[in-house]
Parts: sequence; C-alpha cells; structure tokens
Amino acid sequence: MKVLTMAEMAANGEQPEILFWVGCAGSFDQRAQKITKAFATILDKAGIRYAILGKEESCTGDPARRAGNEFMFQMMAYQNIQILNGYQIKKIVTTCPHCFNTLKNEYPALGGNYDVIHHTQFLEELIASGKIKILDSNEWKGKSITYHDSCYLGRANEIYEAPRKVLESLDMELREMKRCKSKGLCCGAGGAQMFKEEEKGDKRINTERADEAIETKSDFVASACPFCNTMLTDGIKNRDEDMNTSVLDIAEIIEKAIQ
Amino acid sequence: MMGLFPQIIFSLLTLLAFGLFVKKINEIRSAILLGKATFLNDKPLQRWKNVFLLALGQKKMFRNPIVALLHLIIYIGFIIINIELIEIILDGLMGTHRILSKPLGNYYSLFINCFEILAFLVTIVCILFLVRRNILKIKRFVSKDLNGWPRTDANYILIAEIILMSLFLLMNAADTNYQFIISSKISPWLHGNTADTLYLIEKSAWWLHILGIYAFMNYLPYSKHLHIILAFPNAYYAPLIPKGVMHNMPAIQNEVLYAMQPELAPSDALAPESFGAKEATELSWKNLMEAYSCSECGRCSTACPATSTGKLLSPRKIMMATRDRIETISKNIQQNKQFISDGKTLLHDYISVEELRACTTCNACVEECPISISPLDIIMELRRSLVMEQSNAPQEWNGMFSNIENNFAPWKFAPDDRDAWTKQV
Repeated sequence: MKVLTMAEMAANGEQPEILFWVGCAGSFDQRAQKITKAFATILDKAGIRYAILGKEESCTGDPARRAGNEFMFQMMAYQNIQILNGYQIKKIVTTCPHCFNTLKNEYPALGGNYDVIHHTQFLEELIASGKIKILDSNEWKGKSITYHDSCYLGRANEIYEAPRKVLESLDMELREMKRCKSKGLCCGAGGAQMFKEEEKGDKRINTERADEAIETKSDFVASACPFCNTMLTDGIKNRDEDMNTSVLDIAEIIEKAIQ
Repeated sequence: MMGLFPQIIFSLLTLLAFGLFVKKINEIRSAILLGKATFLNDKPLQRWKNVFLLALGQKKMFRNPIVALLHLIIYIGFIIINIELIEIILDGLMGTHRILSKPLGNYYSLFINCFEILAFLVTIVCILFLVRRNILKIKRFVSKDLNGWPRTDANYILIAEIILMSLFLLMNAADTNYQFIISSKISPWLHGNTADTLYLIEKSAWWLHILGIYAFMNYLPYSKHLHIILAFPNAYYAPLIPKGVMHNMPAIQNEVLYAMQPELAPSDALAPESFGAKEATELSWKNLMEAYSCSECGRCSTACPATSTGKLLSPRKIMMATRDRIETISKNIQQNKQFISDGKTLLHDYISVEELRACTTCNACVEECPISISPLDIIMELRRSLVMEQSNAPQEWNGMFSNIENNFAPWKFAPDDRDAWTKQV
C-alpha cells in the first residue's frame, strides 16, 4: 500500500478527495501509529483518493494554546494554514479530536477554512454509502463494548452519535458507562495535561474513568482519540495488569471487520 | 391626618427600598463594565431563543428532572405571587384594602387562590431544599467551596421565602371577609380571637410581608440569589459557537503575521498592553456578569474531573473568587474615586496556579451550568497571563513548547520521521 503525500500528488497535478491529517500522536506515538495505519488501510480499501502532508504537517498548536501559549499556537497555525491553503485543501479528515477541533473551529478565524470531519464521521459515511462493507462474520459480533466519549468530539463539538452508529453496525453490544455523552468524564489528557504530571489529588482522572469502563464488564473499550486511548489503557493497566479489557480505536475495530 | 400617616410611611419606605435597590444594581452594572469590551450582539433571534429556553424555560435544569421540578415550583411561585405585589403596593400607597377585589369581581378569588396554592407549594419545596442542603449529605452542598457566608446565604434565602409565604397566608387567614383555598385551613387556628385582634394580626402580617419583600429585594444583589435577575442577560449573551472554540487573540495573530510577513506591518502598530488576565478587570464584562449570575449550585464542580478526583480546582470556586475580586475592586473605586492598589490580584491571591494547572479543558463545567456560565473561559484567560506575561509554566510544558517550536510536535521526535509509519503499511 502506498500512502501519497500532498507534495507527490501536487507534482502530478492531482488533487485528493480528502486530506488525511495524521496529527502528532498518530505520526510518532507507537500506539497511535497503529490507529493511523488502520485508518489508512480503511481509506485504501474504500478506494478513497487521499493524501497526507507527511513531513510538511506540524502540530496544530492545540496543546500550546490550551496551556496558555497563544504565540506558539499562532505560529503553528500560520505555518499550517500557509501549507493547507497553498495546496488548496478543501476537505480534511483526522483521527485526532484535538486536531479536529482546532482545524475545524479555530483556524477559520485565522484564514484557514476547510470542511473538517473526524474519522468516526467519515467511517459512518463510508459504511452508509456502502464504500466499505462490514463482514457478516466479523470477529466483533456478539462481543460487548463500551464507548468513551472524547471531550473534544463530544461536548466541544456535540458528536455523540457517529462513533456509536459505527460500533452498532458491527452487531456489537454497546454498553454505556455511568457517565456518557454530554455527561462523559474526561480521560484526563485534555488542556495539555497529556504533557505534564497530574496535579495532586485523591485519585488519577484516568483511573476514575477506567473504573467506570471496567464497571460495564465489557469485552472492549472503544476510543476515538489517541490521547484518550493512552490514558484509558494506562488506567485499566493500573487496575488489572492482565489487561482483560483492551482499549481500541474505532478505526482499528473497523479495519478488522471489513473485506 | 392620622389616617394618612401609614400611607406616608409606606410611600417613604417604598421609595427607599426601590432607591437602594436601583443604586446597588447600578453599582453592579458599573462593576461588570469594568471588564473588557466584547461584542456579543450578533444573531439576536438565536439569543432570544436562549433566553426562552435556558432562563425562562430552565431547559438545562431538566438534566435532573426531580430537582428541576422543585426549582420550577419556586421559580413560578416567585414570578406569579409577585403579581399580588401590585395590589399590596397600591393598597399601601392609597390606604385601601384589597383594591383589586372590586374591579376583578369573581376573578379576584381565583387569582388569590392560585397565589395561595403556589405559596403553599413554595413553602413545602423550600423546606425540602433546606433538608437537602443541611441534612442529606449531598456532595456539592457539603463542599468546602461553600464554607462560611455562602452556605449561610443559601439558607437565609430559603428561610426568608418560607417566612414571606407564611406571612402572606397568615394575612389572608386573618381577613374574615374572605375565604381562600389554603388560608381558610389556617383560619380555624385563629378562632377565639376578637375582631380587633384579627385585624391587628392581618395588618401586622401585611406590613411584615411587604417590608420583608423590600428587605429581600435589597438582599438580592449581595447574594447568590441574584441569578433570578442575571440569568436572563446571561442567557442572552451565551456563546453561540461550539464549546471547543477558544476565543482568538487578534493582537498576537497580527504580531505573528507581521513577523512572518513584515511588509504587512503598519508603521504605527502598537504593542498590546497585556496578554490574558491577571486581574478581574482584564476579563471581559461577560466573564464578570457570569460571576454575578452564578448561583453557586455546584453542578459544574460535581461534573469536573479535577474536582471529583480531589484536585484543588473547583470551577464553582473560580466563579465565586471572580465575583469576590470584582466586588472588592468596585468598592475600592467607590471609596477612592479610582482604583488604589491593594497589593492583590485575581490570579495568585484569589485563584492559585495549582487550581489553574488542574483544568483539562473538558467543558463539563460549561455543559452543566444551567445558565451557560463558562468557568473555563476565565481559567484560560488566567493561564494565558501566567504563561505569556509571567513565563510561569511547569517544566514539562516548557519542554513541550520547545519541542513544538523545534520539532513541530509536542514530543522530541525527528520531524523527518513524521511519515515513517507509511513505510510499515
């Protein structure tokens, strides 16, 4: 499978249907790379003409902005918008809700206007349009799963249904946690917390959320954000070293359920 | 002449009550306007819709239906029973007795019966709320956020409402000329009193009721109960954009733009005075209005991942601290004609760095607030000041900033490896 960069496509005078914004976690973090690969595989199987920015992609600036460093955010936004506009990008899909929120909601004020969707929305579209077909005898059938809402997908952008619809298309038993959808509990990574030690308290936030996930007694935990994925995996590991409940991104689940 | 005496006293007290109330409200208005300008007048239709849904309709309260219903009873009771104040004030000014009973004819009893039923229900709910607050150990009410005055404030309001409603019912019960639906059940307790005593009871209840209302009205601006007024403008000015958006800082945007494309820089570009907010006056007037609108219910802090895992941060406390600070500044200005430094700032003296550091920006507090207050917005403004004005960031964040600057990712990876994964598929 060949993943084309925008530079390669532009050199051939081609324009992609959609740009896959990989994000820093998706590019560098070993665990998140698996999500990236799974999603790229799905795009490939669905016959989508997509491209990545490759080495030309940079951090959107989200963690810097949330930490309070607006200068750093504006610098990154300026660079990224120059590149995206230079390639005349119209549509972007990303596997990271933080990149999603920044590209979709915060770049327009800075001159970057794109149609941005999250990969769970894109997967929902691909399934609905029949571009990808779920195998009747997929390995998830009959298994139970609980979905953890990412704050930047959920409350920040009110996307609650797309990820759930994708999971339901697999004939899985979707079990909700005590706090879900608009009441969903954060994994603890947002607001640049991912990049620092938690402040002192009685309990770690990811442990609190892992407990709620474990309480559902589901076979799997589904996430739609690379940071939630890391936080929940660590949280569950804290409670259950054997990791009887594994945390999977929705893209990884779908990748294994299609032809 | 003696006959006019009560009327004169009543008129003076009414004037005093409204005068003091308007004066205090104006002071609060000036305090709010100490905040920075922000434009929030677009899409008036959508804004009015929010006023109807959030403030009038209390839509978000219904995330917890039982409490919402109880709150709704007090709220409707409050609004509707206050219609009766028109008659009470008219009677007081003109020296009449139930001035509206004639013009309203048969409808009069209907109105008063409705008021009485509501008064009775409000009393019951206030008692239930007192029990909830003081006997049942509900986390958001036993929270240390409310220690001291705020907890007393909440109880005062409930007790005041019970007293006012009881006086209203007692006044009607002692009025032998009328039979109303609830007060007629109280009348038998008053049997055995002479007509004169009954008259005295009725008049006393009437006076205590209206004076109580005036006192309550003037207590409002000092209390968390101010939300009954400010919930309306607060809902009107509620943000109409997705919660994920952090508001842009055009000053910095331009600075970056001019650094990258110096040809665009105007020759007379001025550097902005400060970034973010260290002091309450550096917040927007909307942030300050929210601080005055907060009813300290604590739904935000119950939902907050930091508060609920024992971190120092509590979004409710952020709002309370902001109100305390702007009140102090406002008083300072009134006394000194201008602000004379008291050596304190909102950041550090009212809200600590540790609190700000604990926020995950998850928006749970914003989502939960029944009147769409955003503690998050204040937290972010203070974080901006901390990082950009005081270079105060944890070591790990400084590392993250330099990684973003040098490696274009928050971690220290070689930028050339960004697409390394493509070779493994």
